[in-house]
Amino acid sequence: MIRVVLPQHLRTLARVGREVQLQIDGPVTQRSVLDALEAQYPMLRGTIRDHVTFQRRGFIRFFACGRDLSHELPDVPLPDEVALGTEPFRVVGAIAGG
Amino acid sequence: MSSVRVLVGTRKGAFILASDARREQWDISGPHFAGWEIYHLKGSPVDPNRLYASQSTGWFGQLIQRSDDGGKTWEPVDNKFVYDGVPGTHQWYDGTQHPWEFKRVWHLEPSLSDPDTVYAGAEDAALFRSNDGGKTWQELPGLRAAKGHLWQPGAGGMCLHSIVLDSSTPNRMFIAISAAGAFRTDDAGQTWRPINRGLKSDYELPDSTAEVGHCVHSIAMHRSRPGVLFMQKHWDVMRSDDAGETWHEVSGNLPSDFGFPITVHAHEPDTIYVVPIKSDSEHFPPDGKLRVYRSRTGGNEWEALTKGLPQSNCYVNVLRSALAVDSLDACGVYFGTTGGQVYASANSGDTWAPIVRDLPAVLSVEVQTLP
Repeated sequence: MIRVVLPQHLRTLARVGREVQLQIDGPVTQRSVLDALEAQYPMLRGTIRDHVTFQRRGFIRFFACGRDLSHELPDVPLPDEVALGTEPFRVVGAIAGG
Repeated sequence: MSSVRVLVGTRKGAFILASDARREQWDISGPHFAGWEIYHLKGSPVDPNRLYASQSTGWFGQLIQRSDDGGKTWEPVDNKFVYDGVPGTHQWYDGTQHPWEFKRVWHLEPSLSDPDTVYAGAEDAALFRSNDGGKTWQELPGLRAAKGHLWQPGAGGMCLHSIVLDSSTPNRMFIAISAAGAFRTDDAGQTWRPINRGLKSDYELPDSTAEVGHCVHSIAMHRSRPGVLFMQKHWDVMRSDDAGETWHEVSGNLPSDFGFPITVHAHEPDTIYVVPIKSDSEHFPPDGKLRVYRSRTGGNEWEALTKGLPQSNCYVNVLRSALAVDSLDACGVYFGTTGGQVYASANSGDTWAPIVRDLPAVLSVEVQTLP
């Protein structure tokens, strides 16, 4: 199972805990993970990536295995640890303060 | 016994304030959607337990929430707002053309006859409609055809912030946009035309009487007198007696005719309320005195309403959607401030008291009068 960690606001919206698990058949990529996430939790559509262009929203980041994967192309395979479920794919709200 | 429910949208969540008809003791629930900007909440006039809320942040974008039990529980409904066809461009701050980009929903206006039909006013300015309780949204693109390429954002963005439905002429609707002006449809939103004749924007527009481009801050109408509209423009309080065909100024003796909201008394169609703000560069009340102004003559002659409101060292603002009335026999008036206070008057504005003092900055206030 693929493990995905969501930021607090999206956990509240989806009514889930810190981490969700997804079944993905085929390559494990940003696109396939987000497709599966939105299929399982439709209320998250549009909150992580645009409805139409599927571009990542500007203040969203994707981290895994200590790396920032935000700027990877959506069909690039994610690290093996994510595909094997030993490490989570983290959806993160970008830092902002004041 | 009748009761009232005040729906408050803030920078960090929604709050619901409830009281019986005496309006002395208030139950406060919230924050709903804690941490999110709630630009607007509004209830259906035909099913008061059906509420819609516009929820957004810069991180996660736009959501629409729906309640079928008066705000006790909420469900997210569809948040897919896509402009019809190729959206084209509008005027940008520097005079160049800029692509239309959806940012958020500023205003939700439920239908007067069907709880599943609701209109959404968006930034960048456009009008959307849902006929299925918010499950799907479609743009009414005829609005942007009304010289949309000449519209431009104000400091707060290019927002469609006012939607007024006309119960006497079901296919007629009025909307207002900053900074484009007011518009009217007579065919249920298929086609629109600007209704800005009489507006003068000497400091905001190179052509002060241009057909579009005026920074209208809000418009209001009394349902018993649908041809009469009131407007708080960037500067100037205006009135139309012919459904927006022409406007004339009714600022009269106001200490400043800059401001954001305007509303009409529930039972007296010539009694109107504004909250004067010092200027477009100093968004706080003149002299540090928070004063609602009431005209009982449909404009021009105004009286300051001050009892119970701070009359020194007050530097809050009252935003365009943050003033509303109930429809109890003794009309209640309510407004929220950027300082987080929500004030209520149970006697048409004669005296005021805070319902709550320390909310996040208030973006909107709507009131439901419940049987």
